[in-house]
Amino acid sequence: MADPAPLLSVRDLTVTFPTKRGPVRAVDSLAFDVRPGRTLGIVGESGSGKSVTSLAVMGLHTGAEVTGSVTLGGRELIGLSDRELNGLRGRRMAMIFQDPLSSLHPYYTVGEQIAEHHRVHFGSRRAAARERAVEALGEVGIPEPRRRAGEYPHQFSGGMRQRVMIAMALSCEPDLLIADEPTTALDVTVQAQILELIARIQQERGLAVVMITHDLGVVARVAHDVLVMYGGRAAEHAPVDSLFASPAHPYTRGLLDSLPRLDDDDDAPLRAIPGSPPSLLDPAPGCAFAPRCPRAAAGSEEERARCAGERPLLVGPEGHPAACHFPAFPAYEGVAS
Amino acid sequence: MTTTTTATSGAATSTTSTPLLSVRDLTMTFPGRRSRSVPVRAVDGIGFDVAAGETLGLVGESGCGKSTTGRMIVRLLEPTAGSVSYDGRDITHLSQRQLKPLRRDLQMVFQDPHSSLNPRQTVARIISDPLMVQGSSAADARKRAVELMDLVGLIPEHIDRYPHEFSGGQAQRIGIARSLATSPRLVVADEPVSALDVSVQAQIVNLMERLQRELGLAYLFIAHDLSVVKRVCDRVAVMYLGRIVEIGVKERVYAAPAHPYTRALLSAVPLPDPAAERARERITLLGDPPSPAAPPPGCTFHPRCPKAQEICRTEAPLLRIASPGEARQVACHFPEAA
Repeated sequence: MADPAPLLSVRDLTVTFPTKRGPVRAVDSLAFDVRPGRTLGIVGESGSGKSVTSLAVMGLHTGAEVTGSVTLGGRELIGLSDRELNGLRGRRMAMIFQDPLSSLHPYYTVGEQIAEHHRVHFGSRRAAARERAVEALGEVGIPEPRRRAGEYPHQFSGGMRQRVMIAMALSCEPDLLIADEPTTALDVTVQAQILELIARIQQERGLAVVMITHDLGVVARVAHDVLVMYGGRAAEHAPVDSLFASPAHPYTRGLLDSLPRLDDDDDAPLRAIPGSPPSLLDPAPGCAFAPRCPRAAAGSEEERARCAGERPLLVGPEGHPAACHFPAFPAYEGVAS
Repeated sequence: MTTTTTATSGAATSTTSTPLLSVRDLTMTFPGRRSRSVPVRAVDGIGFDVAAGETLGLVGESGCGKSTTGRMIVRLLEPTAGSVSYDGRDITHLSQRQLKPLRRDLQMVFQDPHSSLNPRQTVARIISDPLMVQGSSAADARKRAVELMDLVGLIPEHIDRYPHEFSGGQAQRIGIARSLATSPRLVVADEPVSALDVSVQAQIVNLMERLQRELGLAYLFIAHDLSVVKRVCDRVAVMYLGRIVEIGVKERVYAAPAHPYTRALLSAVPLPDPAAERARERITLLGDPPSPAAPPPGCTFHPRCPKAQEICRTEAPLLRIASPGEARQVACHFPEAA
């Protein structure tokens, strides 16, 4: 069976924020696809541009200039009016955030908030929308959904609130779910429940999921494909097994090496990456990772100059490109040599 | 049931000499916010020892009382009951004045480096403040601050800068330098790396390990991240709803967890390895941790426990030796065979 056509297709996405100290390019020339029933994990640290990417896809960036192309089911989203986007947001694509409490309205019951969603998109009657809200709460595993629908967000625990958000996001049966650090604020035992819930609903409905996270463990658990971002750009893009088994970009390698792991033998010091993530205000002309990169540091003078001065392109073997002048592809010498 | 920790807590130590820190029956009850609401028992009679130069990890989920415990040990909070002994001396009821000389020995590192540093003070002032409080001259304190910056991997020339000029990882180094200014013997570190970027966490973990080797520090390392705790600790105590449910040497607790909660907690941690993730058998707990304002009767874990029996609903299990010949203690009626 051939792969189905991508549901979400992003090409050359660039997001620029005007600031007092000049324009800041938070996302630079990003491209990726997500197919129905698949999960793309976008991994990065603070300032990597992972959250801005998701907001730009949803058309929720405020005050930023967005160029490039984002298509959902073949329809171009960049340049659509707010009105047109409102018809798609919630209905075709939905998003959940890290902090469910700040995404829910404190004055309305949970049931009312989900029902409103349904009435806006389907013009359902009040009673029918209310019924649908109770159903949606049941589907995400909230016990006694009829009673809980009449409660307010503060009456729910963190994990239950995130379930409410998922119920709301999925109540209009969107094709795409963007989850931006959905479990970061949750305890690890509750995180496991939420990740399982998202995976179950994805299987049932063939949902395409973009999972944005800083946690490589979460990515390993849920993603089919992974996009590693650094300094607003793609550093590496690969199927999950390939990424973890043979990371090509020194940043990816460094991240994996620096993690303390439960299945480790311990005791040797962690191989930390020196320095901190770059500031976007003052981007380096070359590779954003060059100042911290062990490969660049170990290179000849000529190689170092190349890393510091020339932006690497995202290139490499089919299905596993990396933006590095000297990538560590197995049996692949890279474009450099 | 709060007395049981006293009876057995000697076994929770790895050394036979006087422990550096000794906590017994420590309890913290916060009054309810409104006059009619019930008091919240955030920490419920816990006990453990920390030997000189060792690291005890205190792990658990939000609301389990691990941070409250840390704060009681450095007396940022006054315990409701129980005792904290430092070097064999009971310091639970010392006045702040009597505590002052002890503050040299007992220091704390906080989670959010930027909010725990005064934004209007230079690094020089931040690091030398504890020394000035202890009576050093300004010149001596500054000299020591320069040494400390070098020790924690900061550039000493940056001594007159302000916290906002540093990244998160560097700011945490400042917080660590401050905690080391008075040459303490015990540092209580409350989630010292969890606010940092992944690529920076390892730097701080390595720094703390190096400082421990060089200075002979003991750490009480409070964290929710089990992978980090496994890396840095000698022994680990797992807390649930204000109580210790399992305590023992790291290798044993991680390799063969005896409490069902420890098992579930470990199995919930996502591994950065897709193949291992798929092959893994996970125990997914139902529900959320209950509120400490209304703890369930009996074993507080029973509503979520896959092994709960009738006795678990009525009788709180005592913290006791899990298997003969091992110092590990478990509070469970049906512990896993080790």
